[in-house]
Amino acid sequence: MMKKMIKTLALTVACIGFAATAATAAGQRNAKELSYSFDGPFGTFDKGQLQRGYKVYKEVCANCHSMHLVAFRNLADKGGPGFSEKQVEALAATFTVKDGPGADGEMFDRPGLPSDRFPSPFANEQVAATANGGAVPPDLSLITKFRPGWFGTINQLINGIGGSNYVYSVLTGYEEPSEEIKKEMPEGKYYNPYFANGHFISMPPPLSDGQVTFDDGAPNKVDDMARDVSAFLAWTAEPKMEERKSMGFMVMIYLAILSTLLYFVKKKIWSDQH
Amino acid sequence: MSGPSSYQPKSAFAKWFHERLPIMDFVQGQALDFPTPKNLNYWWVFGAVLSVMLVLQIVTGVVLAMHYTPHVDMAFNSVEHIMRDVNYGWLLRYMHANGASMFFIAVYIHIFRGMYFGSYKAPREVLWMIGVLIYLVMMATAFMGYVLPWGQMSFWGAKVITNLFSAIPFFGDTITTWLWGGYSVDNPTLNRFFSLHFLLPFVLVGLVGLHIWALHVPGNNNPTGVNVKSSQDTVSFHPYYTMKDAFAICVFMMFFSAFTFFSPNYLGHAVNYMPANPLATPAHIVPEWYYLPFYAILRAIPDKLGGVIAMFGSILILFLLPWLDTSRVRSGTYRPIFKQIFWIFVLVCITLGFAGSGPPDNYFLSHEAAPPDEWHLTYKLVGQIATVFYFAYFFPILPLLGLLESPKPLPSSITEDVLAKQKPLVPAE
Amino acid sequence: MSTAVHADVNRRDFLLVATGAVGAVGAALVAWPFVSQMNPDASVLAMATVDVDLAPIAEGQEITLKWRGNPVFVRHRGPKEIEAAKAVKMEVLRDRFARNQNLPDADEATDENRVVGGKESFLVMMGVCTHLGCVPLGNEGDYAVVEGNTKTGGWYCPCHGSQYDTAGRIRKGPAPQNLDVPKYAYLTDTKIRIG
Repeated sequence: MMKKMIKTLALTVACIGFAATAATAAGQRNAKELSYSFDGPFGTFDKGQLQRGYKVYKEVCANCHSMHLVAFRNLADKGGPGFSEKQVEALAATFTVKDGPGADGEMFDRPGLPSDRFPSPFANEQVAATANGGAVPPDLSLITKFRPGWFGTINQLINGIGGSNYVYSVLTGYEEPSEEIKKEMPEGKYYNPYFANGHFISMPPPLSDGQVTFDDGAPNKVDDMARDVSAFLAWTAEPKMEERKSMGFMVMIYLAILSTLLYFVKKKIWSDQH
Repeated sequence: MSGPSSYQPKSAFAKWFHERLPIMDFVQGQALDFPTPKNLNYWWVFGAVLSVMLVLQIVTGVVLAMHYTPHVDMAFNSVEHIMRDVNYGWLLRYMHANGASMFFIAVYIHIFRGMYFGSYKAPREVLWMIGVLIYLVMMATAFMGYVLPWGQMSFWGAKVITNLFSAIPFFGDTITTWLWGGYSVDNPTLNRFFSLHFLLPFVLVGLVGLHIWALHVPGNNNPTGVNVKSSQDTVSFHPYYTMKDAFAICVFMMFFSAFTFFSPNYLGHAVNYMPANPLATPAHIVPEWYYLPFYAILRAIPDKLGGVIAMFGSILILFLLPWLDTSRVRSGTYRPIFKQIFWIFVLVCITLGFAGSGPPDNYFLSHEAAPPDEWHLTYKLVGQIATVFYFAYFFPILPLLGLLESPKPLPSSITEDVLAKQKPLVPAE
Repeated sequence: MSTAVHADVNRRDFLLVATGAVGAVGAALVAWPFVSQMNPDASVLAMATVDVDLAPIAEGQEITLKWRGNPVFVRHRGPKEIEAAKAVKMEVLRDRFARNQNLPDADEATDENRVVGGKESFLVMMGVCTHLGCVPLGNEGDYAVVEGNTKTGGWYCPCHGSQYDTAGRIRKGPAPQNLDVPKYAYLTDTKIRIG
């Protein structure tokens, strides 16, 4: 009886620890809740959304943010935006890439190839910082993996890390600061309570309605573009997500079958002992 | 201890080989025919689970090492190369990272099993101590492994923990510089951690061999703690426990796969997906979950050296457990007060884990900082209270308990206990 | 009585066999990723290409460049080399196939088939001896065009003495095949893209 009570107590304390907390680390406001096609164990990417998201990245974000872990050829990979090989070749060729040194010892420019990584907008971090008031715009390849949208042990187990929600919230979360907040706000920064590093962000609101036109005529208000680009960034961080989930499903089914078989084998073998 | 096995070579080749290397005889005696108490419950499967996890970590680790580059400028990108370009690289990496967590979950259950059922008591003291040594080597291996991806937490975790050595009086700074290979955690450190991370698992294989050898001298403990009296009390390891372990391993694999395939980054730290930046400390430096209780103990003592001593002391005291527990009764099943104390101890360990998980000056389980004045229930205070209880378990509680407790009556043998627990037999038709 | 035991044994056998089979299949499926990860990864497979400017290569000159880790010979052949190559009858060749990645496998090793687009002045070949992989030396061997003291064209492999003619076809020595012609295309009259 006592043992049961203590065990229950242990479990309860453990559960309290799992409670979601409203206020998050360093005062970051919990990211806005919205659902994505790739949420959950059976979620998949929406190719159209990824293609639109890529366009938003290319036309807006890529002016300041590098994405050096993604290559043009990845855009044609399975489980991604689903561009064709030809489209990727043509797309890559519209970019100018530095290569070399050539036979004369000098670096030279050439049109991009599918095997090239996305080019960086700045030559190095120092140039990036100088061009952006001292703050280096982070590389976006993994942003949905290193910026949680929310915290809490059980919260993250059930709802995931919320990286795309974080990006969406920052993009749509700029607010007009109150007079008191204005007094604390440093020069040249903007007020965004969803930002992970305190409420003052160096990036000006990057999106405005109608900024990017989509070939399929999809809506392009700030909210829509923020959804699309945050979904695209989930893919750049986890290009193998669909394969992982589908393989996981097969593996769980297989292990369930094998466990059941092994259970009956075990029972059979032990039947002469009881 | 098992006697000579019943191995009979069946073919001419088998006979020829047996005369030169009697490995089949060895396997038959130690693994297949080995007499094992017939009343082992499911808490006993974790030894086999651990063996499988060790093999899995080694195999995934060796193939990952085929694609990883242990240089500060290339490590992070080489891991992303594994995740994106290497065939099934994402799977191997997630298996290895989540496998480490699974390894620790299994080892903690295995250790707690030993503590509850008195498996550390005579004549298994050396078996227990080899086990503590295995645990220490596991901690070192996992610590170095986590540094290898060279993310923010890799770097800063390495920096904090290696800095602890500077607390050692007189030699502290020399030792730390020697560990680093420089004046801070940098490329020499990363390179040597890679080498040692590759080496230690094979040391573990050796230690596990010794561990099983030490086990096979007296044979397994069992839930009653009563010694095996005759062959009636035992069954052969194969097929009874091989198949029971196989079933348990399969279920464990489901648990493992749930994380690997559906929440692969849950047990880690998001900020480790940012490349290491020696000039920018992340907001919260937290070790992996399996170190959190020791981290809490470290932070509980305000003095740097005191904290280090307390932290290492909390593991080293495990070596003394066989002598600290004075009870003549082995298994907690027959020790009613010990049982409750034990579960409180488990609760204390879990609490220590939570205490280590947040900023020391925040309210416990909250993201709000407590004002520095007066008394507040902070992570640090909870850690301090739990640390007192943790050490109290080993001294003076266990020594006193053994002398003062009146245990329940023990069964005279394993067989008697098994028969007593069986459902009444239905007469055969 | 005996039939009940018999049925019991059958059921147990079936269970063991079924479990064993399912387990074996699982083991094979688990083993596959560990084997596959050693195959070339996506970044290696990505079409690595290199562009070569032919204009600076004068007649009789040859450059060697690295492509996919191996040397590639790009030779500007003179009319005598081309003539010598065209004069060779297919019957005397050890390897009758063109070994040209730009053409079907079955094509014959005529001089036309050793180049691309009929542009016979430029010969592009892997500089890897088909015997055991050494890099053959140019303007050497018995099948070069000899003028006084100079040899033009032809290749001689110093490792085991294989000799290739002015179209890079194996003529003598242990090598079994003609030097491989990689995939390449003319972007302009003076620029090719290999790969």
